[in-house]
Amino acid sequence: MVSKSSRQAIDPATVNGWGVDADSRNDPTYPYRDRAADQAKGMAWERPPLQPEDVEVLRSLEHNRRPAVFGVSVPPSGVSGMIRRAAFTYSESDWRHWLMLLGADRVNMLEGILADLIGGRVPNIPAEMGVRAEWQHNRDSLVRKAAIAATVSTVAIVLLRRRAAGRERRAGRL
Amino acid sequence: MLAADYRGPYRVRAERKPEPAIHHPRDAIVRVTRSCICGSDLHLYHGLVPDTRVGMTFGHEFCGIVEEVGAEVGNLSPGDHVLVPFNIACGQCHFCKQGLFGNCHEANPEATAVGGIYGYSHTAGGYDGGQAQYARVPYADFGPTLIPDGMDLDDAVLLTDIVPTGYQAAEMGGIQKGDTVVVFGAGPVGIMAARCAWLFGAGRVLVIDHVDYRLEFASRYCPAEVYNFAAIDDMALFIKKQTDSLGADVCIDAVGGDAAGSMLRTLLGKKLKLEAGSAITLHWAINSVKKGGIVSIVGVYGPTGNLIPMGNVVNKGITIRANQASVKRLLPRLIEHVQAGRIDPKALITHRLPLEEVSDAYRLFSAKLDACIKPVLYPNGGA
Ligand SMILES: NC(=O)c1ccc[n+]([C@@H]2O[C@H](COP(=O)([O-])OP(=O)(O)OC[C@H]3O[C@@H](n4cnc5c(N)ncnc54)[C@H](O)[C@@H]3O)[C@@H](O)[C@H]2O)c1
Ligand SMILES: [Zn+2]
Ligand SMILES: [Zn+2]
Repeated sequence: MVSKSSRQAIDPATVNGWGVDADSRNDPTYPYRDRAADQAKGMAWERPPLQPEDVEVLRSLEHNRRPAVFGVSVPPSGVSGMIRRAAFTYSESDWRHWLMLLGADRVNMLEGILADLIGGRVPNIPAEMGVRAEWQHNRDSLVRKAAIAATVSTVAIVLLRRRAAGRERRAGRL
Repeated sequence: MLAADYRGPYRVRAERKPEPAIHHPRDAIVRVTRSCICGSDLHLYHGLVPDTRVGMTFGHEFCGIVEEVGAEVGNLSPGDHVLVPFNIACGQCHFCKQGLFGNCHEANPEATAVGGIYGYSHTAGGYDGGQAQYARVPYADFGPTLIPDGMDLDDAVLLTDIVPTGYQAAEMGGIQKGDTVVVFGAGPVGIMAARCAWLFGAGRVLVIDHVDYRLEFASRYCPAEVYNFAAIDDMALFIKKQTDSLGADVCIDAVGGDAAGSMLRTLLGKKLKLEAGSAITLHWAINSVKKGGIVSIVGVYGPTGNLIPMGNVVNKGITIRANQASVKRLLPRLIEHVQAGRIDPKALITHRLPLEEVSDAYRLFSAKLDACIKPVLYPNGGA
């Protein structure tokens, strides 16, 4: 395996032809990036004061230090929190990181319903989904969807009953 | 206070929550006067953004009155009415120094690729957003901008995202006088991008969507030639026919991962999550642009990956330019445009609702009911 570890290993000035075709206009990031202000290389800037970490904050592996400020909304908790912590053992470049977070989101939704119920509240899911807006502005389609759902469940119930009745009859014959 | 509360895909409700507090000497607390719902919020609402936690308050487009400031905020005082750019930016890191305020390195521990954004999941820093009566505003000495005297608050709130994003979409297109520009998406962002394409000197502006009322609005407002993609068999072929077979000079993607128009992409990207959303718009943009042309992307995609015709990007010599809009950089120019009447942001607003009706507001916007283009919440009354 070949690798070159030291960043200073090659001095550009010693390279034959260095910079002969450099052209400062060759920059597709104009005008939204001011490259003239790109002087200090690396993480050498003067930092803002650091926000005290009074909630659990998960940090991307690709950060070598925690950014100065962060949000304090819903720290990780429960089973979803465990999955999120595990997801952060992979970098942003690793699909597992994101797929585990998406999985955690789905678990978190169930935790949310559970937390509502434990708190003595049955979530009004149709209202949370804005069914009133559908009722006001898209009534036909809402009614159609409800009718389809009702028909499908009625048919399913009838079929299940029939099968159950059939099983009983067969069982009776034995 | 009252705040929007995310409960899971397609579920948001108004909920009592504690008021936000100052956590950092450069924080401020703002009493929110206007707060929009954005197409970006729909990606959260649809459950497409990883690390969107139940209990978060969304909202990255808001303006409000400063209530309280931290010890190091010298330039704002309680009572100031400010518009708050959607990017949280320190103003002093490697990226902020270069004007890349959407790419600040001091605002998001959870990811390096994404900057800090209000109310936009933990992938954008875990900040509660402005769809609430009060919001915590970090780096308040840098981001918030005083609303100019006489400016309508409905205009001001659209300067936090929609106007700068549309403008930057056109700017990144590198539009030269006379260019043919195709904008995919007639949501607020696409409409604004098409409007701004003219400011950069476009010779022709085409807008593509499948929602007729939005196309109709775009045709008058931008103005633009508008086409419904539901009636078009093959997008690339259609654009080629429109452009003497060469393709458009510039294609702008103002749709992102929630795109309709391809059943296969919807299945792969939106249902199975094997792609970071459906990239059909990007596919169309790459295949409809001219050789040597520019594709400008402001539509938002997830962090994993997408199927796009990369071979054509190479063979056609296409330049792709993309970013989150750098709001603070653009504000001085855009305030001039609004004041001069060249851009009329508030014309996009179709719905004004109290925060109590946030569940319905999301539904209206997401399902495109009642000819909704842009809904605005009034968390502290006035709607
Ligand atoms: N980069 C940024 O800084 C930034 C800022 C704000 C918004 N955004 C993104 O811009 C995009 C648009 O935002 P918006 O508020 O206008 O959202 P929106 O959801 O209101 O609009 C999207 C429009 O695209 C249309 N559409 C769907 N599939 C399409 C297709 N295949 N071709 C053409 N049109 C199609 C929809 O019908 C809709 O009208 C979103 O992805 C949003 O996240 C980016
Ligand atoms: Zn937005
Ligand atoms: Zn910064």
